[in-house]
Amino acid sequence: MSRPKRLARWAFERVESAFDAVFTPDWNPLYQLGALGWFFYWIVAVSGVYLYIFFDSGVTAAYESVEAITHVQWYAGGVMRSLHRYASDGLVIVMMLHLVREYVMDRLHGPRWFAWVIGVPILWLVFAAGISGYWLVWDKLAHYVALATSEWLDTLPLFGEPIARNFIHPSTLSGRFFTLMLFIHIAVPLILLFIMWVHIHRHTHARVNPPRGLAIGTLAALVVLSVARPAVSQGAADLGTIPTQVGLDWFYLFVYPLLDEYSGLAMWGLLGVATVLLAALPWLPAKRPVPAVVSLANCNGCGRCAVDCPHGAVRMAPRSDGSPYSEEAVVIADLCVACGICVGACPTATPFRRRTALEAGIELPAYPLSDLRERSLAACRALQGNDRVIVYACGQGPDLKAIAGPSVAVVELPCVAMLAPSFIDFMITRRHVDGVFLTGCRANDCYERLGARWTEQRIAGERDPQLRARVPRERVASFWAGVDRGGELAEALSAFRARLGELHASQAPVVAARPGAVSHAG
Amino acid sequence: MRVSPLQLIGQGVLYAAFALLIGYFATLPVYTHMDPAASAITLSFGHAGQRKAPCRRLTPEEIAALAPNMRRPMDCPRERVPLLVELLVDGELVYREWLPPAGLAGDGTATAYERFVVAPGRHLVTARLRDSRRQEGFDYEHEQSVELSAGQNLVIDFRADTGGFRLL
Repeated sequence: MSRPKRLARWAFERVESAFDAVFTPDWNPLYQLGALGWFFYWIVAVSGVYLYIFFDSGVTAAYESVEAITHVQWYAGGVMRSLHRYASDGLVIVMMLHLVREYVMDRLHGPRWFAWVIGVPILWLVFAAGISGYWLVWDKLAHYVALATSEWLDTLPLFGEPIARNFIHPSTLSGRFFTLMLFIHIAVPLILLFIMWVHIHRHTHARVNPPRGLAIGTLAALVVLSVARPAVSQGAADLGTIPTQVGLDWFYLFVYPLLDEYSGLAMWGLLGVATVLLAALPWLPAKRPVPAVVSLANCNGCGRCAVDCPHGAVRMAPRSDGSPYSEEAVVIADLCVACGICVGACPTATPFRRRTALEAGIELPAYPLSDLRERSLAACRALQGNDRVIVYACGQGPDLKAIAGPSVAVVELPCVAMLAPSFIDFMITRRHVDGVFLTGCRANDCYERLGARWTEQRIAGERDPQLRARVPRERVASFWAGVDRGGELAEALSAFRARLGELHASQAPVVAARPGAVSHAG
Repeated sequence: MRVSPLQLIGQGVLYAAFALLIGYFATLPVYTHMDPAASAITLSFGHAGQRKAPCRRLTPEEIAALAPNMRRPMDCPRERVPLLVELLVDGELVYREWLPPAGLAGDGTATAYERFVVAPGRHLVTARLRDSRRQEGFDYEHEQSVELSAGQNLVIDFRADTGGFRLL
């Protein structure tokens, strides 16, 4: 990751840490930007359906019907109109934040290009849907938007006669225009919905609904805003005049003032180049991970890898090697980001195996499981004291060199969830270490989407493969740090080691009598 | 999930900030597209000029040489002349342009869409248009004194079938 990007990521995570403290990681809106986008979309859709019932298309009827909706039934139609407007603005805010955040977090390379590239037309469609909505109100702002948009479109060599001619005099405007705009304002969001579905199509367990608490809080904020500052029209459009001053919705119309400074063609060129560059970012530079491979000799067709893969890169298919199992795992190389979560889900990924070579049913060629065992053992050999800890971490956390020491070994993985629970069992019950510490991305914001969640569930015995009950949970700890919480990670690790020291003093066993829950260091 | 009172207050503050952000930038700051104390004159029309060469009656031999379904008495070249348009405000030339016909074959309508910002008050507006093969002068000319108020948009349209320029 480049230095500016790492700096931007650090800044993001500082803000997110503050939001964690206020919202808790479960409700942190910065971890739910995509889901909030969907939430705003549905608010816009529902309020739009309500407005459609009372909207009348026509040169004068459009404005009059919107005025009636706003003022006669202010308690329902007025609130709905405001919600329609403000949720649309909210959609732009979370969409842009989502885009910047995914870029800063480097979640666009490799197989992730698909969601990124599909997101580019979403930008255009959201703006097209929003701008077409402003025409329907047919107030002074609508007049300005109609004039500016049509004059801008006329700079393209597409239309025989300037379409702006439709908006320069009352005699040139037809009521059918509003029917057309209404159609566009409904059709574009429907196309947008389809593209949004494609956008998340490759994600398993995609988050399309924010947590209930966050949804309630966000909706309440919009309702309060709608009542306190309702969206109103800016006076009926008068085609005999030029709309000189308008209250712009800067979220949607920020480009329009630039059209007064630069030529329409220059702005089309600018937006065109920006769009192409944006779509090309996943390949600047191109990063192609080496995908996971299936070892049929070790695959029993249990399907856990397919269930746990966050990117839908593993499918189950009928057995092809004549073995008695009904299915086998198949890796779709184009979708695989090489996170290794499938390896951690494989029941054959157990380091206890000594008679045969350690090879799981599914493996990452760049990170073979046998290497992971050897690296773990090698890292622990020189550890001293009675609080020896092996830290398994992904590369998305703080600088790990700072925490390594005489009693602390660090082993880095593509994702913490690559670590099968049997590794924790192996390291503790074979007394290679006194405790295992897991760290990486921050809670609810795993770089590989689901790695931290699956890890927690496996250790808590809620997800297969489970950490065996014999492993004392007080010897296992996790701290989901992100890049900016290195100090807190060090403190959590120190506290964990102190606890291990106490366990040693009390001669606590390294094999538990009964199961417990993993301890959280942070 | 347990949320402390302090966290609830913090959430309230952040939700309020989010609402304020939307509430403010949804309409503010007001944008001035054009000086409210000014007026505008918009010259806008679409009109096809005459053909570059006149139609010619085909000889019987030429007609007979054509395919049966393509036989016609006249041969009319498609290409049209560009329009020459001038606009004067209070005697001052503010616009003079050759408007080419649209289309790859140059046989379409030539269009104009220009806006001029002027001070409110009385103005003498003169519009001229040449759409023929003539080399000098204009085929249409319209002169009119108009009183413009602040913010008003005077439209100068052209319709050959109703006599030429008209002020809307």
